Amino acid sequence: MVENPPDRGVVDLGALELVNECAEDLYDNAPCGYLSSLADGTIVKVNQTLLDWTGYRRSDLIGRRRFSQLLSAGGRIFYETHYAPLLHMQGAVKEIALELVCADGRQLPVLVNSVLKQDKTSGPGVIRTTVFDATDRRRYEQELLAARQRAEQAEGRARLLAQTLQNSFIPPAPPRIPGIDLAAAYRPAGRGDEVGGDFYDVFETARGDWAVVLGDVCGKGAEAAGITALARYTVRAAAMRTRRPRQVLATLNEALIRQNADRFWTVVYARLRTGRGDAPVRLTIACGGHQPPVRLGAAAPPAMVGTPGPLLGVFDEVTVPETVVKLAPGDVVVFHTDGVTEGRRGREFFGDARLHRALWASRDQDADTIAARLVQEVLAFQSGQSRDDIAIVVVKVPDRDG
Amino acid sequence: MGTANILIRNNVNLSGPADGQPMVFAHGFGCDQHMWRFIAPAFADDYRVVLFDHVGFGQSDLAAYDRVKYGSLQGYADDVLEICRELDLTRVVFVGHSVSAMIGVLAAIAEPDRFDRLVLVGPSPRYIDDGGYVGGFTERDIDDLLGSLDSNYLGWSSAMAPAIMGNPDRPELGAELTNSFCRTDPDIARDFAQVTFRSDNRADLAKVPVPCLVLQCSEDIIAPRSVGEFVHRQIPESEFVVLDATGHCPNLSAPEETVAAMRAFLR
Repeated sequence: MVENPPDRGVVDLGALELVNECAEDLYDNAPCGYLSSLADGTIVKVNQTLLDWTGYRRSDLIGRRRFSQLLSAGGRIFYETHYAPLLHMQGAVKEIALELVCADGRQLPVLVNSVLKQDKTSGPGVIRTTVFDATDRRRYEQELLAARQRAEQAEGRARLLAQTLQNSFIPPAPPRIPGIDLAAAYRPAGRGDEVGGDFYDVFETARGDWAVVLGDVCGKGAEAAGITALARYTVRAAAMRTRRPRQVLATLNEALIRQNADRFWTVVYARLRTGRGDAPVRLTIACGGHQPPVRLGAAAPPAMVGTPGPLLGVFDEVTVPETVVKLAPGDVVVFHTDGVTEGRRGREFFGDARLHRALWASRDQDADTIAARLVQEVLAFQSGQSRDDIAIVVVKVPDRDG
Repeated sequence: MGTANILIRNNVNLSGPADGQPMVFAHGFGCDQHMWRFIAPAFADDYRVVLFDHVGFGQSDLAAYDRVKYGSLQGYADDVLEICRELDLTRVVFVGHSVSAMIGVLAAIAEPDRFDRLVLVGPSPRYIDDGGYVGGFTERDIDDLLGSLDSNYLGWSSAMAPAIMGNPDRPELGAELTNSFCRTDPDIARDFAQVTFRSDNRADLAKVPVPCLVLQCSEDIIAPRSVGEFVHRQIPESEFVVLDATGHCPNLSAPEETVAAMRAFLR
């Protein structure tokens, strides 16, 4: 059997009397400032706490000052444009941060609540205001604000860094290749604040001999960017030592394996010989795990050209098949990353069929227009927001008369 | 932008007889069209009353906010004109409070034929002192205001925006909606404070092509009496009425007096 515990709700009445809380003392020495004013703001009553905090005498304020006149300049504007309207519209205002200007000019950060007590019998009503000292809280809030501003600046710097890095992966403008109409387009995913994994490059390896490279590293961000940089410069260096695309890609594969990056790469590398005299333009295409480019002619519908080969950065040794094609005037070859064909709308992909239709529709245009229209179509398909980077290189052999 | 879009963009609300003379109310810096809740109903028997929120405020479409367009008062004046065109309004009585007085001035100068009269409540063509001109504020005061705005928007979060913007009349959201009549995205509030308090439209006053009523409060620190008198002197055809009301918002603090002054002017 357990005894009933003593009732803690009952307090000794004698102790209660000792506290002796009278309403007047409660008002005057409350742990917050109290202030009453007429509807026009004229102060009619103020408690001792507020006088102690601000250093004013009662006679300085009663009937002489409006509440808004105790505020800093910015606070006065805020009072007239926000506080007073809210008070009239809601009958009350809560938790407004203001600065009281004390008798000695010092500013006291406060949090202010007011209610408008409208008494039908006694005229225009009275505003009751409580004032809480918020010095420490305001300091903390200012630190939070400063932290937010720093975060926003840091975000801006990160975006700039990402864009700068990204721009270093693609040539500022595609080079001019005699006898070839060349265009490229690049569109980063989302808001462009992350370094994507797509890249392309076009450079000359010998007179009349060019390299067109377009690739995609798995993933995004700083680590992917490091691999992209490695790959880009490895390809450039390797292409100076050998003209064979499959050997360039073998060297790249070895560099990626040695890097131990645990990321794979897909790349298409094409050797472009512009041909001299009547010799035709020739492309030797090698695809390391990448989608082969699309070729179309004035009368030849779009079709993939080249043979898919193994991913790079996965196997110690790779042999990438090569395909040689001769290009006639009017022929177009379009290299692209999977941001094009895998552009999504719900469950639907942009896909090869749409890609081919889009290219066929603009086959008579110049390379710039073909690239720009394709980007436009892919973005429109995804309602303007691409989830993946898009990189496109268009090689066109102009018509003889064009 | 189509009709529906402009009316949604600016949260346009119509009342009063469809064939009545249009009376367009524009709220000033700080709050939204609720600022007219005690005034607009008084005219809804005789006038086609048009209420709206400036883009960035009240229940306007925040997505339509464009820093470049709204970087000057002309951008807001263009919206007023777009609303008038969409509703095919002519002979408009434009009632503008605070900064919207100057927005109305700019709109009337741009399309004089659309406007009949302007009612300017607490107007100021320039808030910052300039040589002999006393606007009432210094550059530092305005910086101080931006600080006050920042201190009072810590409670704002973009996650709350849909609740605030989409459901003003749902009482169950009451706790969250406290102060919502006068709250918006902090960046937009800062922009509007800058464009409001750093504009100078003194030279535009002489070009106002229609009769104006200048409604001046007795004691208004935002638009002091000397500024109201300046506006009255510069506008070719204007009446100047000093209200007993104090403060900057007679539309809220003294609606009967404000309505009476407007009626006398419009008679």
